[in-house]
Amino acid sequence: MSNRLVNILVPVISVILGLIVGAIVMLVSGYDPVAGYAALWNGIFGDVYTIGETIRQITPYILAGLAVAFAFRTGLFNIGVEGQLIVGWFAAAYVGVAFDFPKYIHLPLALIAAAGAGALWGFIPGLLKARFKVHEVIVTIMMNYIALHTTNALIKTFSDGGDNTGPINPSASLRSEFLENMTDFSRLHYGILIALAMVFVMWLILEKTTRGFELKAVGLNHNASEYSGMNVNKNIILAMVISGAFAGLGGAMEALGTFEYASVKGGFTGIGFDGIAVALLGANTPLGVIFGAALFGSLKYGALNMPNEAGIPTEIVSIVIAIIIFFVASGYVIRLFVERFSKKKEAK
Amino acid sequence: MTKRKFGLALSMVLAASTILGACGTDKEEKNGNGSAGEKEAIDFSVAMVTDVGGVDDKSFNQSAWEGLQAFGKENGLTKGEGGFDYLQSASDADYNTNLNNLIRRDFDLVFGIGFLMQAAVDEIASQKPDNHLAIIDAVVEQPNVASVLFKEQEGSYLAGVAAALMTKSKKIGFVGGMDIPVIERFEAGFLEGVKAVDPSIKVDVQYTGAFDKAELGKTTANRMYSSGVDIIFHAAGGTGNGVFAEAKELKTKDPDAYVWVIGVDSDQYEEGAVGDTNVTLTSMLKRVDVAVQNISKLAAEDKFPGGETTVYGLAEEGVGLADSRGAIPDDVMAQIDEYAKKIADGEVTVPETVE
Repeated sequence: MSNRLVNILVPVISVILGLIVGAIVMLVSGYDPVAGYAALWNGIFGDVYTIGETIRQITPYILAGLAVAFAFRTGLFNIGVEGQLIVGWFAAAYVGVAFDFPKYIHLPLALIAAAGAGALWGFIPGLLKARFKVHEVIVTIMMNYIALHTTNALIKTFSDGGDNTGPINPSASLRSEFLENMTDFSRLHYGILIALAMVFVMWLILEKTTRGFELKAVGLNHNASEYSGMNVNKNIILAMVISGAFAGLGGAMEALGTFEYASVKGGFTGIGFDGIAVALLGANTPLGVIFGAALFGSLKYGALNMPNEAGIPTEIVSIVIAIIIFFVASGYVIRLFVERFSKKKEAK
Repeated sequence: MTKRKFGLALSMVLAASTILGACGTDKEEKNGNGSAGEKEAIDFSVAMVTDVGGVDDKSFNQSAWEGLQAFGKENGLTKGEGGFDYLQSASDADYNTNLNNLIRRDFDLVFGIGFLMQAAVDEIASQKPDNHLAIIDAVVEQPNVASVLFKEQEGSYLAGVAAALMTKSKKIGFVGGMDIPVIERFEAGFLEGVKAVDPSIKVDVQYTGAFDKAELGKTTANRMYSSGVDIIFHAAGGTGNGVFAEAKELKTKDPDAYVWVIGVDSDQYEEGAVGDTNVTLTSMLKRVDVAVQNISKLAAEDKFPGGETTVYGLAEEGVGLADSRGAIPDDVMAQIDEYAKKIADGEVTVPETVE
């Protein structure tokens, strides 16, 4: 079988399989799957408003996916994207509210603050891993909780006991009247351009720089890298810092675009954790992350329309969406098997 | 069979509403949805957006949804297009979308349930100045938004009085959801009520930081009960279900255990049932349903209180205690009523914040 055919067939089949099983779930629970999927489709591509909102939803997923993927490529499991995103969110909102500069200074400053906060949150587990061999999974998970409750406390102090930082100054906002008018008041903002730029940046770092080569080498085999004279510890820390910066920017998308404020959270946003799935769906490549994020974001957003238009309860909708993603992910596994199989053949 | 019965009931309701609708006063046709001639039921539709809790949270959102259902029933409306409906949010980012979706479906009035939706309602209201919105537990200053606030502190004061009069161990617990101004009003009122009866009673105040984590509520309740607390008042939505779970467990192990829970928002009597007994002492009612019904009614009569803030306290019967079903003896009940009267008459003012 030709490689190209496999490449096209596997995802198509897996999506169709996911849709069929999802349809069965809806049928069994007594709902109309055709109406359900129509609602899902309309929820994603129905009109300019939903398209705008779908893109908005995809934006932070791209950055969260990049963060996870970047760490993965260096052999690190960054489960702390959620926490890095939350501190980035707060940092961006803080800079947005507390200062007042012209836009060309203020907006970049807020973005840098978010990236910096995320980078700091990634630096700590990176340092612990490099210096003391503390496993990054444990540290990053714990850092998530620290991030959540620290930012909650900071927001409270900042707002004198309130639960919200208040709206950021327009000079730090990513929103644009132009995009809003074009999409019938959706919350589409310029963040998508930043996210896509970061996709390019990640590709550039990994594929076009010596440092990127080292990072990948450490990921593939850190003993070999050390033997060949690379500083493994430094690369581990650097990978976590860059990963954290991506995640922090993801938080900035929410702070400067979607919400334009930071509020006390009762729990995690889930974007960081979904980022793990996004990165894996995208095979940890920059371009793949875009597709993973697009799939995740549009399903997540479109799903909101299923109770709205087709009257399907949210619980059933969550199951259906999870099934579709599950099948797409297994499609990737199938492809992996096929590729391995053909590689072995070639080797012989 | 049941379906057929349901269908019959539905057509009866419809028939009844046609008759009732005919005597209704003439209302402005805001939607202009074609059928100008004859009216089925009243020509008014209303919907609400819940936070992540959903309409089966046995608490706040459920109360609001029951209000809408009651309003719909009263006026011959059915769930869905042109009647009444709700959408549940999966995350904070969904509030805008859900509010917008309902407005696009031409509902005449859309409720945002909960303070979390303040920013979203504010934003949508300024984008759609011709649509009517309402928000519970927060104030949005826009001419097309009706805001509703509750004096939770007054109802909680009574809950505090009830707890203080009923406790044997002189130790009472308070489990809060997120540490936000609304919940602080519960806490402040509760503490004040306990103090009014007996200042020597110790109140253990704990915040779980979330409204949807029953397991956290359970561990908190476990710690409180084992430290000697015998009555817990929870203002924690779904998290509070864990408090009930813990109390019921204790009651199952030892039917003579003196453990009580005071429910919140809606009457949580059924939540506390263990076999033949019950751990629900009473519930602090926050009549979100009444508020939702009232605002809907006003809007249907073209008297939508846009730009106004309505405050529901004890005097307006917006807050109060639920029927204790015998858990609180009559003489204690009489004492509680005295306190209630003092507040309603303005003799006692309950503070909104903890000193």
